[in-house]
Amino acid sequence: MSAPNKSFDPVEVEALKPEAVERALDEALAALAAAADLGALHEAEIAHAKDRSPLALANREIGALPPAAKAEAGKRVGQARAAVARAVAERRTVLEAERDARVLVEESVDVTLPWDRAPRGGRHPLTTLAERVGEVFSALGWEVTEGPEVEAEWMNFDALNISRDHPARSPQDTFFVRTPGVDPNDPTHTERDSLILRTQTSPVQIRTMLKRQPPLHMVCIGRTFRTDALDATHTPVFNQIEGLVVDEGIGMADLKGTLDHFVKAMFGAGLATRLRPNYFPFTEPSAELDLQCFVCHGASVGDPDHPCRTCSSEGWIELGGCGVVNPRVLVSAGIDPERYSGFAFGIGLERTLMFRHGIADMHDIVEGDIRFTLPFGVEI
Amino acid sequence: MRVPLSWLREYVDLPEGLTGRELAERLIPAGFEVETVHESGAGLTGPLVVGQVLEIEELTGFKKPIRYCQVQVGPEPADVRGIVCGARNFAVGDKIVAALPGAVLPGDFKIAARSTYDHVSDGMICSARELGLGEDHSGIIVLPTDVQVGADAIELLGIRDAVLDIAVTTDRGYCLSMRGMAREAAIVYGRTLRDPALLDVPAPTQGGYPVVLADPLGCDRFVARAVRGIDPLATSPLWLQRRIQLAGMRPISLIVDITNYVMLEIGQPLHAYDLGRLTGTITVRRAEAGEKLTTLDDAERALDPDDLLITDESGPIGLAGVMGGASTEVHAGTVDVLIEAAHFDPGSISRTARRHKLQSEASRRFERSVDPNAAAAAAQRAVDLLVLLGYGTAAPEVTVASTRPHAAAPIVIDAGLPGRVAGLAYPRETVVRRLQEVGCTVEGADRLSVTPPSWRPDLTDPNDLAEEVIRLEGYDRIPMRLPVAPRGRGLTLRQRLHRRVGHALADAGYVEVLNYPFVGDAEFDAMGVPADDARRDALALVNPISDEQPYLRTTLLPGLFATLRRNVGRGMTDVALFETGLVYQPRPGASAPPRLSVAHRPSDEELAVLEAALPDQPRHVAAVLTGARENAGWWGAGREATWADAVEAARTVAAACNAELTVDQAQYEPWHPGRCAVLSLDERIVGYAGELHPKVLEALGLPPRTCAMELNLDVLVPASEVPVTAELVSGFPLASVDVALVVSQEVPAADVESALVAGAGPLLEAIRLFDVYEGERIEQGTKSLAFALRLRAQDRTLKADEVAAVREAAVASATRHTGAVLRG
Repeated sequence: MSAPNKSFDPVEVEALKPEAVERALDEALAALAAAADLGALHEAEIAHAKDRSPLALANREIGALPPAAKAEAGKRVGQARAAVARAVAERRTVLEAERDARVLVEESVDVTLPWDRAPRGGRHPLTTLAERVGEVFSALGWEVTEGPEVEAEWMNFDALNISRDHPARSPQDTFFVRTPGVDPNDPTHTERDSLILRTQTSPVQIRTMLKRQPPLHMVCIGRTFRTDALDATHTPVFNQIEGLVVDEGIGMADLKGTLDHFVKAMFGAGLATRLRPNYFPFTEPSAELDLQCFVCHGASVGDPDHPCRTCSSEGWIELGGCGVVNPRVLVSAGIDPERYSGFAFGIGLERTLMFRHGIADMHDIVEGDIRFTLPFGVEI
Repeated sequence: MRVPLSWLREYVDLPEGLTGRELAERLIPAGFEVETVHESGAGLTGPLVVGQVLEIEELTGFKKPIRYCQVQVGPEPADVRGIVCGARNFAVGDKIVAALPGAVLPGDFKIAARSTYDHVSDGMICSARELGLGEDHSGIIVLPTDVQVGADAIELLGIRDAVLDIAVTTDRGYCLSMRGMAREAAIVYGRTLRDPALLDVPAPTQGGYPVVLADPLGCDRFVARAVRGIDPLATSPLWLQRRIQLAGMRPISLIVDITNYVMLEIGQPLHAYDLGRLTGTITVRRAEAGEKLTTLDDAERALDPDDLLITDESGPIGLAGVMGGASTEVHAGTVDVLIEAAHFDPGSISRTARRHKLQSEASRRFERSVDPNAAAAAAQRAVDLLVLLGYGTAAPEVTVASTRPHAAAPIVIDAGLPGRVAGLAYPRETVVRRLQEVGCTVEGADRLSVTPPSWRPDLTDPNDLAEEVIRLEGYDRIPMRLPVAPRGRGLTLRQRLHRRVGHALADAGYVEVLNYPFVGDAEFDAMGVPADDARRDALALVNPISDEQPYLRTTLLPGLFATLRRNVGRGMTDVALFETGLVYQPRPGASAPPRLSVAHRPSDEELAVLEAALPDQPRHVAAVLTGARENAGWWGAGREATWADAVEAARTVAAACNAELTVDQAQYEPWHPGRCAVLSLDERIVGYAGELHPKVLEALGLPPRTCAMELNLDVLVPASEVPVTAELVSGFPLASVDVALVVSQEVPAADVESALVAGAGPLLEAIRLFDVYEGERIEQGTKSLAFALRLRAQDRTLKADEVAAVREAAVASATRHTGAVLRG
């Protein structure tokens, strides 16, 4: 068309006037802002942003404008439509966030409800403590060893320099297994020995030495048996932690260093240990290992107003026996005492457990009541 | 050994004002375990004086007779006080103990002048109990006549004293005496010892009481001394009684008290015979078969040929070193005594004491060795006291029967040995001085020739001498040093496996228990174990804790049953327990272990014989469970434990060992005959699992439907050793196909599955039984098993006809092996 357009529809032109576009835009924005949920937004979008919306319809009229007016009207309508589209997107983001939050709120549950559908199990604290002890020594490069619980007398006594007349070797202290032709009450009159339940883990030392020459660094944690009746502090079936080192130039200093390391690993740093001379046939010199009372740290000694139940106000707790391996034991086990020397220690696992975890009565350790065991879980 | 501080001071000049606790603190590091320190008289303050009763006025008209006494309590004539007293065991002129106003008696009992029975009592006349001197409250203390009026009675009676109760180790027999403890105290304080055994002892003579040592090893020395004309009315003086009491013994009579006193002082047990009751020569010999002896405690004892006896021509008159006989016992009228101071073989005394369950003060000392060279001195000391306190006359004859001289052989040690043993260098002079302090004779320069004293038979080896030096120098001086071990390999496979098994079962809801390994016939009976079952072939104990449980376990189940019952009895309804531990299986035809030498390493052959005598001791794992395996709750219903849980527990164990168990139907006690699985690995039975027999549960008092499993862990260890070879993981698509097969009800599902696996061939990646149906829609007596098969090839996508062919082959195999029919 070359001639000026004189035949355009005044109404349609009206829609493209700036006031009209601005009104349509305002109405659109108001409708969008008023949309309370995504459904209302959808309807507002159809009414104000889609093909049938006033602005879309206005847009179609642009072609009817004179060329000179087209650009300006196009720009006006285009900007308005873009503003509406932007408003739709913004409103959608807001409403979607609101919806998501509401759904999550609606989906919320009471997480404090119990879930004990599958009951929990647990390990006996003696076992986990034994494993822990094994790890302490294993980390030092020591071997963790095991041996039979039913033993020959030679392994449990003779080889450890415990003489035939030793009181511990009688049925009063040791469990004897009925052995054909042997009367444990009258050992002088028989030529063979009895089977017994080992009274200590020391036969495992002997077995290790019989198998191999030094250097030997071993720990054995295992069941031992003595004829004590079960009471608050005794049980006929108990466990020992036994350590043995045999090498060139080993002395009591090595024993002290090792025990100190062990005690710190078990009870934490800051507690003193002491060795007190004692007597055992299998070590010479021998000592009792005392641990400073970790409850009163010795403060209860001589203070009757503040007694300590843990150490009976003695300030120290007896943990076990130890010493330099009696060279006679080395000889029995085939190790040259001129060249090698060693140390050994034996500590009660139950005692360690009782002290470490405040267990007052041995019955709890022995009886297998799950209420005692479960709180210990699977690690100690 | 109870050591009164005051008595100890008689032999060592201990520091002034030393308390019992201070002494204990010094003795403990030297190797003496002081169990208690008893401070006697700690709660008592004076004035407490010796008084003499001048006048007694008997007061009447009260509920009981009361005396008002005038008591001289000091040297001046004016020191007379009127004291009211309820006791009647004294007369005018007697010397008594008077607590004067201001005194405080034990129990915070303050003495003051007070009005009572219409008189002012200006103090109190004391009984032994009121002073904390013993339990005697039958009357007041009447003192000997020779004490000074007005003297401090606290001092006189030795009321204030400290008694150390020392647990003497078995090697230090010499410390069961004041002499021995005084020696140790003297060393600790660096003082000189006044040895009570250093006495003038007359040389042996002819003509003394005849003694024959017929068993030279059992008794190698016997000193006999006679004292005649003892005043039967003579009693032990207060100081003697007090010392015996403080040392923990009871005063009995002068003669017995003197023998006990000398034993406590020197460590040599003595025996006093009534000389008039002895018949002819004393012979020390072993008992003969059938001999009997009535001992001092009036018990008639059948003697063992190993018992060492003192006999005279009338027969046995004493169990040597343990207890005297009744027939020659001293009594109230005894005037002539024969004192025995002998040296016996420790082992023999220990056996006899144990055999007759007779632990006496004497046997306790002889068992731990007594100084053979102190016998004569001890006898002399007793004779001296009998003469002094009993007004007797010592016979000049001295019998010393002896079979061998006691001369210890010297021990040669390097002067550096104690330092090497300790890990701390001691100067040579220190080593020599310490050894001399304990009584050794030391010769030589770098190589020391050390002769131990007669009271230290425990010193036989170089390390014994090292210990003496080290303990006296102090264990606390030894430095700390951590020895360096060669590189280790950590835990063994077996150990790691045991841990994994424990953790796996705990994770699966089982609680670990550790039961005693003792069982009895009743438990096997309750379990329905047949008489000829291998589990009944158990080792028996000579001395079981309970006669009901004399055997060592061959299965872990009885212990678990008992613990389960205990838990259920305490109100727990849902319990799952497990235990791992050794069981003991005697080897058929095993003989008793040999007695091997200790002088050298036994030969490998000897050790093999010893090993063959031991039972097999495999490690088992077992579990029991009852009640809910899954709890009911807000999520819905729970699930009771069933046989399948027990089998699953076994599979859990196997999985922890990288092993897969074959499950077969079985019948084995104590399980339900229709709900018992036997579990095996490579044709070898590993154990059983399932629900327990209802009758067994009834007999054991366990809840119905309780289930259990037990496996031999040792069989599983080798399986765990086989390294896993990695599978090639195919990237080609999966083809899934389901088959439902109808089989007769008796056909085990496991058989159908393995037939399918065999038929399907290498294209089968996995198979899973996902449903079992029994009911109306199929023929009665049959069941339908639905399996899902996952097929995949390594090198291609499977075509539909290939999948169909595999399915067909699998079904054909199942049909062939189990009679399975494809469900229509």
